[in-house]
Amino acid sequence: MEHELLEMRNISKIFPGVKALSNVDFTLRKGEIHALMGENGAGKSTLIKVLTGVYQMDGGEISVDGDKISIRSPQDAQNNGISTVYQEITLCPNLTVAENMYIGRENGVLVNHKSREKSADKILQELGIPARSTQQLGSCSLAVQQMVAIARAVDMKCKVLILDEPTSSLDDKEVNMLFKLMRDLKAQGVGIIFVTHFLEQVYEVCDRITVLRNGELVGEYLIEDLPQVELVAKMIGKDLDELSSLSEGEEKNYDNAEVFYEATNLSSSDALSFDFKIHKGEVNGFTGLLGSGRSESVRAIFGADKVTGGTVKIKGEDVKVTKPLDAMKHGIGYLAEDRKRDGIIADLSVRENIILALQVMKGFFKPISRSEAEAFADEYIKVLNIKTASRETPIGSLSGGNQQKVILARWLLTHPDYLILDEPTRGIDVGTKLEIQKLVLKLAEEGVSVTFISSEVEEMLRTCSRLIVMRDRHIVGELKGKDLNQAQVMKTIAGGES
Amino acid sequence: MENTKKFRREPLTDTQLLMTITIGIFFAMYLIAMAVLKGGFLRPQQIFDMLNDNAPLIITSCGLTIVMIAGGIDISVGAVTSLVVMSCVLYLNRGGNIFVSVLLALGIGLAFGLVQGYLISYLEIQPFIVTLAGMFFARGLTTILSVNPQKAEHEGFAKLRDVKIEISWLGYVAKNGNRIPARIELGVVIALACVLIIFLLLKFHKLGRGFYAIGGNQQSALMLGINVKRTRFITYIISGLLSGIAGYVFMMHTGAGNATNAAGMEMNAIASSIIGGTLLTGGVGNVVGTLFGTLTLTTINKIVVSSGLKDPWWQKITTGGMLCFFILLQSIVLSRRSKKKQS
Repeated sequence: MEHELLEMRNISKIFPGVKALSNVDFTLRKGEIHALMGENGAGKSTLIKVLTGVYQMDGGEISVDGDKISIRSPQDAQNNGISTVYQEITLCPNLTVAENMYIGRENGVLVNHKSREKSADKILQELGIPARSTQQLGSCSLAVQQMVAIARAVDMKCKVLILDEPTSSLDDKEVNMLFKLMRDLKAQGVGIIFVTHFLEQVYEVCDRITVLRNGELVGEYLIEDLPQVELVAKMIGKDLDELSSLSEGEEKNYDNAEVFYEATNLSSSDALSFDFKIHKGEVNGFTGLLGSGRSESVRAIFGADKVTGGTVKIKGEDVKVTKPLDAMKHGIGYLAEDRKRDGIIADLSVRENIILALQVMKGFFKPISRSEAEAFADEYIKVLNIKTASRETPIGSLSGGNQQKVILARWLLTHPDYLILDEPTRGIDVGTKLEIQKLVLKLAEEGVSVTFISSEVEEMLRTCSRLIVMRDRHIVGELKGKDLNQAQVMKTIAGGES
Repeated sequence: MENTKKFRREPLTDTQLLMTITIGIFFAMYLIAMAVLKGGFLRPQQIFDMLNDNAPLIITSCGLTIVMIAGGIDISVGAVTSLVVMSCVLYLNRGGNIFVSVLLALGIGLAFGLVQGYLISYLEIQPFIVTLAGMFFARGLTTILSVNPQKAEHEGFAKLRDVKIEISWLGYVAKNGNRIPARIELGVVIALACVLIIFLLLKFHKLGRGFYAIGGNQQSALMLGINVKRTRFITYIISGLLSGIAGYVFMMHTGAGNATNAAGMEMNAIASSIIGGTLLTGGVGNVVGTLFGTLTLTTINKIVVSSGLKDPWWQKITTGGMLCFFILLQSIVLSRRSKKKQS
């Protein structure tokens, strides 16, 4: 009987109090790219970690090429031809490219740099990776670093290659480079498991999709049998009506409303000079490709980068916003793009994370009492539907979407007049995305101004009534009213003319 | 394409860059001292004196460099050195055997390395705390062994101590007309051998590259298949062993044990490593740089003394200033570099 490349049968994994995986099956064939999809908390990461030996499974069996194997450590997985490239680069930036490809798996104790560099160059060339073996890894772009990680896996004769959110920090060009590499490997018979949040990418490159939900298998589908809409439905497991009810953003005109914030010639160490204003109760968005300067602009508004020039008026009065505390005192809240780095303090509890911004604003000499803090925490856990074991759970153990809600709660608690949300929906599940979008609209109705940034244009069209389009660090257009549609946005981003 | 590739010189790695800067500054400084202060600086013996006096520091700094490359810290090295000196002197004075005294020195160093390394690597206790405890422990033991200074009065040892390599042509002619050859102590040879061996270990041994890897990114190193705990353990063992060797070299230089021997040496060793281009954050560094770091530090101090500022605090002040200067320089150089990459 012909065996599949990788078969996982009845995999179960139990964490204290939670059944993360129950009887999940997963099959990977030779030479296919297989998407593993699901909301946050669906069990994707757990399944991957079981397969890579980070977690031990509590039940089930795994076989490669028909041979049952047991995986107890990342080393076991590698020895069985299973390699993983994680979202965060797991290479050493201080070593050369060649060393990163060979370290930890050499035979013998002495290192022959020359021969290593030679064989590394050969592989890099074969795979078309634009890097030199003698280069220090840290001097390569993120995309190239990721490819070096893949080259390492390929050179280890991996049969199963797991790519865990490889594209989330790459721009379009880099994504295409990665896809080409993936297709080449596929042609060589490598089985690739592709985990991503970008639906379009799944349809661009994958052959099959396996969907998980709440730790259970929903099903395995050929890509052509599962339209995108149905995939989303399977992932979130609820009716799509809810999605469409939000789809048509109402056309609102705020030109006559009170201007809350106005900046003229604002510039910072990272953002070129720009003008910007937002009215009370308005939701606007910055859009553009990665690196177009959208995040840098909002960081300048919040004073998160060094402000180098320009004047700022809030409610018509001249003010100085040169550091985040200034911005906060004037009622501006900012949800940073990189949740892990700029947002959460992983070891502190949900309660402490929620209280943080309010405490800073009050000053540390006026502590918020414990009972008050608990009441706040409980209130927002309920309002935002944060899924946490208790308010004292360390935030690091929550899923991405729930962490994001906690940070949102942190800012809501300060009752901001103006909230800047930079990629609040990145890397979180579709259900929570919807909740956050709804919340934004609700806040706007209550008179809060919101700037919303998202990589997904559709999402911005649903929530924003005005879109500022950026290209190469300049504002190249402002769309509202009937211009607010996908085609127009794409046109403006791409270059405007007809 | 192939051609351009061949001839293109790779930009220096961070490690090479920082080391080059240190070596450059050392030579510049020494040349200035030769031109301005003249005197002793014109004699090769000046360099040999610096090496003779600082061989133990060079050895401990090598150990510290390894620990720091792997992202750790070891502040027990000075105290362990001191303990080794005292133990060996007392042992020799009771009619001990030279060979056994060497083993004793290595054994004490190894014991500290093993225990501290185990606590830090396998029980995951903060290296600063563990080695701080080790430092107090070793200092305390030294004082228990003897409060009073002890002179080594062992015939065999005296012979070993007086072994000096004399190079006539590098010497100079004294005022009375006698030619005084350049003298190099045995300790210097040992120290330079340590530098060489560790240089090769770091560059060409699997273990050495592992030190860089775990210092660069511990999590990544684990994923790349390096046994992080064992690798870290070994860095402390090497550092301990080198402290043992340094202790013996120290004893050969001074010929006496004293409870305050090598006081503050750990701090000088850290300073030497940093000046030599080792980053406290790990992953970057080189022992050749460290050797020059030690020399730079000593040269600066010699210059201060030669300029007439003989009070000991001036040396401390200049050491502090140097350290600040180098750390500033390093962070400027590295941050410019990462900025350049982004644009």
